[in-house]
Amino acid sequence: MYAYDKYDQAMVDARVEEFRDQARRRLEGTLSEEQFKPLRLMNGLYLQLHAYMLRVAIPYGTLNSRQMIALADIADKYDRGYGHFTTRQNIQYNWIKLEDAADILADLSRVEMHAIQTSGNCIRNISSDHFAGAAHDELVDPRPYAELLRQWSSFHPEFTYLPRKFKICVIASEKDRAAMRLHDIGIQIVRNDNGEIGARFYVGGGMGRTPMIAPMIRSFVALDQLVTYAEACLRVYNRYGRRDNKYKARIKILVHELGAEEYTRQVEEEFAHLLDVGVEPPRAELERIKEFFADPAFEDGPKTLDRSDPDFALWVDRNTHRHKHDSYVSAVISLKPVGGIPGDASGDQMRVMAQLAEQYSFDEMRITHTQNVVLPHVRIADLHALWTALDQAGLGAPNLDTIEDMIACPGLDYCSLANARSIPLAQRISERFGASGKTAKLGELKLKISGCINACGHHHAGHIGILGVDRKGVENYQLSLGGSEAEDVSLAKITGPGFTENGVIEAVETVTDVYLQRREGEERFLDTYRRIGMEPFKEALYD
Amino acid sequence: MKILTGNDLKSGAVIWWDGENWSLHVDDATDVGTHGEEIMAREEALRQVNVPYMIDAERTDDGVRPSHIKDRVRALGPTVRPDLTLKPQDPQALDWVI
Repeated sequence: MYAYDKYDQAMVDARVEEFRDQARRRLEGTLSEEQFKPLRLMNGLYLQLHAYMLRVAIPYGTLNSRQMIALADIADKYDRGYGHFTTRQNIQYNWIKLEDAADILADLSRVEMHAIQTSGNCIRNISSDHFAGAAHDELVDPRPYAELLRQWSSFHPEFTYLPRKFKICVIASEKDRAAMRLHDIGIQIVRNDNGEIGARFYVGGGMGRTPMIAPMIRSFVALDQLVTYAEACLRVYNRYGRRDNKYKARIKILVHELGAEEYTRQVEEEFAHLLDVGVEPPRAELERIKEFFADPAFEDGPKTLDRSDPDFALWVDRNTHRHKHDSYVSAVISLKPVGGIPGDASGDQMRVMAQLAEQYSFDEMRITHTQNVVLPHVRIADLHALWTALDQAGLGAPNLDTIEDMIACPGLDYCSLANARSIPLAQRISERFGASGKTAKLGELKLKISGCINACGHHHAGHIGILGVDRKGVENYQLSLGGSEAEDVSLAKITGPGFTENGVIEAVETVTDVYLQRREGEERFLDTYRRIGMEPFKEALYD
Repeated sequence: MKILTGNDLKSGAVIWWDGENWSLHVDDATDVGTHGEEIMAREEALRQVNVPYMIDAERTDDGVRPSHIKDRVRALGPTVRPDLTLKPQDPQALDWVI
């Protein structure tokens, strides 16, 4: 994985000291909250429902054990013993004191981490496929390109005050495991008809109150023009994106209002101009970055498993993913124990994951946008030992991509923007389906819960989505069906009137019953929904 | 009744105006009547509170209860982590929020 050079380290260290001084001035009273707020947000420090919240960037979800241990230490030393892994492949701490914030940033800097650009109207953490560098189906490792874009976008003076926040995703396989087309810019590394590798650009996707799937605006950009094309996309947005209305300021609105064709025309015009200016980093820099992402020293070994333990076999079937080397798999650690809080991990659990990564996965981990943790390179021969250790640490839930593997935002339990609680729903649904044994019957079913229209819980992209709303001061929940964030991307549609907390749990039970009654062959919930449409589900819910 | 809340500048903790000072406990909150704006301006200038605001609440047999669920969650703590709330030993506390 990438290691800071002296420039990276100097930039981050300088920012820590700058923030230390800003925080000191705020505490002394020479900065007002109005003056201080944009400064703290630039360093990932929010004021949330119960305290300050610090969001730490995990670039494209990749981290090593030393970094994970530092995150665990921060949880124990400065917070309340846990952290929350987010749908942006980051981690958040919910109980931070302002007087500790600069020390935390200094601790992060010592392990080449920071919280810069995890808030504000700038280019946020670049996201990617959590199996990058390991997946059997990827064209190339997308992370060097994500890293190049990270370096380009860090402290980019032109893009520090965009109309709104901006999210970029890079993948390199046909299978989309990163919700790529629901980003402001989604980049897919592809091979063209001439056998050349390049980048396909999708621009103007997103969730939030106006969900949109990004249209493709260019099918192939040469890799030595990747940054230039991204810069052209940003420049047009920065110039014409609306700043008068924050709800219409995301690039998806600009692309929609201009039309993809006109937006593309303007980008191409800007791109031609930028090619003359020469903003692309030297090719040598990309090659330098690539060296950090070279494959570890894989060794041939056993390719089959003893599956005589049914619990182990179930975990292997659900929580491992095919690796590009046939003696290895990628193992996913579910942070969704039955009745647990999706994405939460204690300091001790983080240390266990770090130790197991060091022992079994070449010291690498990935955070998934579905709030789990991946050990990307595990020898098949080591899988049983790994599973045993995970199980002992309460990290062995065999539920990946099932209804128990829910995305849920922090909701009204933590977030000042939320209208309703998300986590209790996730807990009750996983307890109910886990206890009844229905989870196994349902197979792949992606349920996503957001506590407000900002959609951090990706409810628009859930096979089943739940949106919490405020109905005259009382929590109410809208149910939606048919969303997908994968390569078959689609936006979910609302079933009808909302439900109470108990009612929406019954509603999930009802729509899954309809699915089980109506499915054909190996259809997933989503396939059945697409075949039979909304009506049978509505009839069951409301008649 | 109208009560004042905000966050402690240093710790970020949720705090409530008790008439003389800021308390961690909503039950200590006092009705500020028409003086809310004046108190908030003064206390914020003294850095005793960060981002204060005024809310509706009622005094019940169980104490002071903010009208909106968001402020009741703030007053108690996260409903999904009773151990981190201000009343970790009180199983009825979550009912008060909802």
